[in-house]
Amino acid sequence: MPRLLPGLVLCLLPLAAVGAGIGQPAPALDLPVLQNGAARVSLASLRGKVVYLDFWASWCGPCRVSFPQLDDLHEELSPRGFEVLAVSVDETREDALAFLRELPVGYPVAWDGGGVTPQAYDVLGMPTGYLIDRDGKVRLVHRGFRRGDGARLRSEIVKLLEE
Amino acid sequence: MSRVLGLIILLGLAGCETVQPWERGSLAQEEMQWQPDLLEARLRDQVHFSKEASSGGAGAAGGGCGCN
Repeated sequence: MPRLLPGLVLCLLPLAAVGAGIGQPAPALDLPVLQNGAARVSLASLRGKVVYLDFWASWCGPCRVSFPQLDDLHEELSPRGFEVLAVSVDETREDALAFLRELPVGYPVAWDGGGVTPQAYDVLGMPTGYLIDRDGKVRLVHRGFRRGDGARLRSEIVKLLEE
Repeated sequence: MSRVLGLIILLGLAGCETVQPWERGSLAQEEMQWQPDLLEARLRDQVHFSKEASSGGAGAAGGGCGCN
């Protein structure tokens, strides 16, 4: 049994891997953008802004609810230093593009078909949003999306913008 | 012989894989659902449970999406 113990500990190590907890710095991210050609977007380039990082997928129902609400928030609050960055976790790029044709938005939508960034953030379901403050720290994790969630998020965003 | 068999069974374990929340795109496809028509299935369940005077046990609703 004592000989088995190190192996057992090694087996359990992946479970202890931490995602993006509240108060922790948001893991770095650099991904291709789906709209307007082949530009890339990174979290580092948005440092100094309040960012809502939204992991979504075209096959996810609540994501359909979240897009118009996030677009409204972005349109209203971007002059005050707020940015939305959406990351599609669709395995096929075309699926994400078809969704965007249906629900076009004004904020950048990146694509991570390999699942590297959702793994780094330890995303538990779609959609999951991370509200990141001006210093690049995660301040709020928002799972799922319902009709009134945009208004609730707005007050949290405004609080961070005024810090 | 039994060692070889044990090894084969152990190798089979490598086939076990947790589907991550971001890998559920294929599972969410319509052809992957248990029920061809969700509304029809709910109606049938409603009738079935009222006749049986029981409910539940029919599994969770929704498919693939890790959000509900």
